[in-house]
Amino acid sequence: MTSERIQHLDRDHAHYLLHQMLRVRRFEEKCAELYQATKIRGFLHLYIGEEAIAVGAMGVLEPDDAVVATYREHGHALVRGVSGGSIMAEMYGKQEGCSRGRGGSMHLFDSETRFYGGNGIVGGGLPIAVGLALADKLQNRRNVTLCFFGEGAVAEGEFHESLNLASLWDLPVVFCCENNLYAMGTALERSESDTNIAIKAASYEMPAWTVDGMNVLAVEDAVRKAVDATRQGGGPHFLEFRTYRFRAHSMFDPELYRDKAEVAFWRDRDPIKTFTELLKEQELIEDGELVQIEEMVAAEVEAAVAFAEGGTWEPVSELTRFVYSDGSGL
Amino acid sequence: MPVAPTLVKTTYREAVRAAMQEALERDDRVFLMGEDVGAYGGCYAVSLGLLEEFGPERIRDTPLSESAFVGAGIGAALAGMRPIVEVMTVNFSLLALDQILNNAATILHMSGGQFNVPLVIRMATGAGRQLAAQHSHSLEGWYAHIPGIRVLTPATVEDARGMLWPALMDPDPVLIFENALLYNLEGEIAEDAGPVSIDQAIVRHSGTDITLITYGGSLGKTLQAAKELQRDGIGAEVIDLRTLRPLDMGTVLASVRKTNRALIVDEGWRSGGISAEITTRLVEEAFYDLDAPVARVCSEEVPIPYAKHMEEAAIPQVPKIVAAAREVMGFDE
Repeated sequence: MTSERIQHLDRDHAHYLLHQMLRVRRFEEKCAELYQATKIRGFLHLYIGEEAIAVGAMGVLEPDDAVVATYREHGHALVRGVSGGSIMAEMYGKQEGCSRGRGGSMHLFDSETRFYGGNGIVGGGLPIAVGLALADKLQNRRNVTLCFFGEGAVAEGEFHESLNLASLWDLPVVFCCENNLYAMGTALERSESDTNIAIKAASYEMPAWTVDGMNVLAVEDAVRKAVDATRQGGGPHFLEFRTYRFRAHSMFDPELYRDKAEVAFWRDRDPIKTFTELLKEQELIEDGELVQIEEMVAAEVEAAVAFAEGGTWEPVSELTRFVYSDGSGL
Repeated sequence: MPVAPTLVKTTYREAVRAAMQEALERDDRVFLMGEDVGAYGGCYAVSLGLLEEFGPERIRDTPLSESAFVGAGIGAALAGMRPIVEVMTVNFSLLALDQILNNAATILHMSGGQFNVPLVIRMATGAGRQLAAQHSHSLEGWYAHIPGIRVLTPATVEDARGMLWPALMDPDPVLIFENALLYNLEGEIAEDAGPVSIDQAIVRHSGTDITLITYGGSLGKTLQAAKELQRDGIGAEVIDLRTLRPLDMGTVLASVRKTNRALIVDEGWRSGGISAEITTRLVEEAFYDLDAPVARVCSEEVPIPYAKHMEEAAIPQVPKIVAAAREVMGFDE
């Protein structure tokens, strides 16, 4: 990060970024707690450690842009504007959830913010993102589709098929690869013959950059540059964010595949910790303001939990609703 | 006095093409994409001439990336388009099965009703052209297993012409299976032929002694068998299912309650297939109406072989259908 970029950092914007990262962090810490309390069941994949990416990226988008995400998408949904209450209610399985309790943690959807899930199949969202971008292009809309996936998806055929198609048809999609180094428990170097992901993307004739995913300002700059260029007809762009997941893959993961020293090394680069330190150093935040932000976040998380707790169970008689649009079971 | 419609001669292939042409003219949201649908004119020449008429934006040749272009069809449908995706043959659709099952069929439900997928996927199906075990299977019954999609099997020129538009107007994903042997089928069709039902089975031949239940590429053979049975004095009623999901059991049951006997003819495999589903429903809903066990003529349980005589032996044929029907009737062979 250049000192110039920091000098131009607006105080309000800095607070916004920190606030958003803390929203995701505290929300997910609460999720982990609620999982232990068996309020949340199924798979729960936490984003803790990777918050700078969703936060840096979402702020750049326009309301009509589209987002496709993965099963580790609580943060993306939250920062995109899906309410914490409806996300939490979804994880509770309540009908007030953003997917009416049909999806759970892995399948958050929201039509208001054009948030197209929440995909549980690694690589499965990329073709959909290509199609969303194709529709926008065919209908002459200046929207951009932001497509998130992990580095594990790079090994899937759908990754290569989708990048090729997006480039071939010059579609307005920005591919955001969140490289947290492990596909569940398989380290990148154990699964890819060439671990340079950006170079694979570049081979499909699209600009591809590697970005420090632990630095929210670097993320924001890169996404802005890519989204602006894509919106102006520059075709697809690819961003590889180097990041790390601090928690286990899911709540069932005993983490046998990585050592504590490695986790500690990355925890030192915690995007929230480092950004807070930077803001203090630059005198862009005071302790009182930090406390205020934390209080705001705590209140929001508390309200989300209360909303979920107060939610209701959908009657079983509605089980076959939404299999077909007309409500028929066929 | 209503004026009788002017009839014109056409083929199944031309009927599918005319249906696509009409849809492309009527609705700007409609576009066609798939392998070789444009410059080549379609693997089975179904889309011949459409590229020249509608241009490359709406008649899109794709790379050989079934998963990506079927998924792109889903994405485009989610964002307001009405895509027709052509998959060359049903065996290739397996490369896109992730998108069809995990996304197209599930997103409406998984999103709590927020996102529907108005997508049409057309593909060729069936044996009979000596294309061996990777181009000849009939997996439409398999697809009918999946809640969230609709499965159509047009067997006549009218249905080839008339099923596409209602499929495109359906808010949910529709798979259309075109038996490749039917593309050259000739028939007469009203000059102004329009949409047909995509919910109902139909009686193609009336009879009172036995109900022959079939669809797609086996309809012609079954009608032929009905003619032969007539010579023996057996009145066979032939039902064309037309859609495998939803299954119109009302039409099937009405016929079976009249004839009290049923034979299912299905080019799919027997084990766990659509014929097994129909049999079960007959047992569940018409057990006491049956005068004989339900019988089936299906494909043999083998990958479809190349050699002509072996391929013919692997799939339902008229003599097999006739013999099976006579057996149900209690005729000694």
